[in-house]
Amino acid sequence: MSALLQLDDVSMSFGGLKVTQEVSFTLQTGDRVGLIGPNGAGKTTLVNLVTGNLNPSSGRILLQGEDVTHTGISHRVRHGLVRTFQITRLFQTLSVADNVALALLQRKGLAMGFLSSATQRPEIRDEWTRILQVTGLESRAYDPVSVLAYGEQRLVEIAMALALKPKVLLLDEPAAGIPHEETHRVLDAIAALPADIAVLMIEHDIDLVFRFASRVLVLANGKLICDGTPDTVAANDEVRSAYLGSYANDRRSA
Amino acid sequence: MTAIGTTTAAGAPRLPGWVRYEVTAFAVVTALGLIGYLVFPFDLALLTRIIAVTFLVLSLDLVTGYAGVVTLGQAAIFGVAAYAVGNACLAGITDPVMLLGVGIIAGALMGLVSGVLISRFSALPQLVISIAFGQLVAALANKLAQFTGGSDGLAGFAPSAVLGVFEFDIFGRTSFGFSLVVLAVVLALLLRFVQSPFGLMCRGIRDDALRARMIGTAVYPRLIVMYGVSGAVAGVGGALSAINVGVVSLHSVSFEMSAEALVMLVVGGAGHLLGAVFGSILFQIFGHFVGSTNPFHWMTIVGGTLILITLFAPKGLYSAFASAMAKFRKSRVSQ
Ligand SMILES: Nc1ncnc2c1ncn2[C@@H]1O[C@H](COP(=O)(O)OP(=O)(O)OP(=O)(O)O)[C@@H](O)[C@H]1O
Ligand SMILES: [Mg+2]
Repeated sequence: MSALLQLDDVSMSFGGLKVTQEVSFTLQTGDRVGLIGPNGAGKTTLVNLVTGNLNPSSGRILLQGEDVTHTGISHRVRHGLVRTFQITRLFQTLSVADNVALALLQRKGLAMGFLSSATQRPEIRDEWTRILQVTGLESRAYDPVSVLAYGEQRLVEIAMALALKPKVLLLDEPAAGIPHEETHRVLDAIAALPADIAVLMIEHDIDLVFRFASRVLVLANGKLICDGTPDTVAANDEVRSAYLGSYANDRRSA
Repeated sequence: MTAIGTTTAAGAPRLPGWVRYEVTAFAVVTALGLIGYLVFPFDLALLTRIIAVTFLVLSLDLVTGYAGVVTLGQAAIFGVAAYAVGNACLAGITDPVMLLGVGIIAGALMGLVSGVLISRFSALPQLVISIAFGQLVAALANKLAQFTGGSDGLAGFAPSAVLGVFEFDIFGRTSFGFSLVVLAVVLALLLRFVQSPFGLMCRGIRDDALRARMIGTAVYPRLIVMYGVSGAVAGVGGALSAINVGVVSLHSVSFEMSAEALVMLVVGGAGHLLGAVFGSILFQIFGHFVGSTNPFHWMTIVGGTLILITLFAPKGLYSAFASAMAKFRKSRVSQ
């Protein structure tokens, strides 16, 4: 069986800056993977390459065996590749329920209805109600997203991702901006996902990563320097120096 | 009340879902029609003209207010539909309802064409393309005089009685009644349409097109379809203007017409169907009074009023009114 997601030597640069350098890895059914690395290591860029928000200069991206390197964004989403954004991108004037309902309607192929009500169809209503419960947003259902606190908006990002029933879910710092005592909601929501999907989470909170992940990828200066269990990663010298040595030096000289 | 027909905070629709929009539309149109008739009993032609243009503003609201496509070429759709209706009438299709159908089809086709061109782009290029499109159509209308009458306008056609019963009369009663009924029907359909999955998706695209892509939506085709619907609505307006006036002039495809429609929409409140209706009515009534006394002052006063409105009610009069109502209701509850 082919991997859910496979990257072969994916590279990209911004001008002369090589932000992604020959990155290869696979995500299999049931994987829970953490992607860590210092600020500016190229984590978000890597996600952008996988989802089609950016185009790689070389390399291949396979989604369930299909080469999607040059396909459009929405095609990949319809084939189960879903992400959340590090900086929330939501439909700001629409209500929380409408945001989630749109994702549901799109997934179920109901988004072309012209005269029915969008959010009140029973099958849609039941599902967004359930998703808002999982993410703790029930009381906010009818509020426009723009009036929500940032932490709540982060949860709407996750709610929308859940609504799309992903096969591969890429979470870009899902807990950033969420008050510490609320971060469990993120983990709860992820724990409630079907076991057979693959989840990759970018996160700076190493505690959170180690609680969540059974495998950790480490990115530094656009290169994948380590791919292994949390324990091997924690013991890896290169990782330690990326975080402490060179990275800290870079920062000081910057 | 942010928009008629949205769910309330409690999530409970105020009227049973299957008649909510129809009741709203018919109540609003009946009330406006009555007021108009009482204030201008001897100038029904003015009211009828206002209604025809209201369709243009509604159609603009669909693409601009609901889907975020800014265009200065919407009158091209309206005008071409009017010409199509005039020509159809000259060719022997004189039944007003049939002519309405001709206008809808012509408008929808023109809408699809403009959608393919205009919604391909975004921001400034989009605006420029829309102007170019409008100017191209206006130039063609001027050139193809055998279909448009050129600068003389297309005239000499006379629709038959509505439903074979109501002859068009010199007082404009039939025109007025016919236009009101059509407005009520279209408004009811549109109130429903903007709350539909498709309408909601368009609002999502307006908010953030990339986000819409990231939930799997193909944005460009959606915008083209929205343009088709919008074109059909503009086509209704074009058809009514041709049927009621009996003349189609170059003004109906002009840049000025497109620009005025955009101003009316902004004044009323883009993104609200009733805002489009109110903006269209207020602007034109205002123009009627000021413009008939002194055309120079008309432009000055329009300019001044626009500046005031953008300063004090940047989201349009409808939103300002709605939020004032909400505040008023809240203050009464807290007392
Ligand atoms: N659009 C862009 N144009 C030019 N350079 C960019 C662009 N986006 C990112 N970069 C640069 O690419 C590098 C990687 O950025 P990226 O956002 O992928 O890092 P990251 O690992 O997600 O960092 P963080 O942990 O801060 O989110 C950085 O040096 C950044 O400055
Ligand atoms: Mg990042």
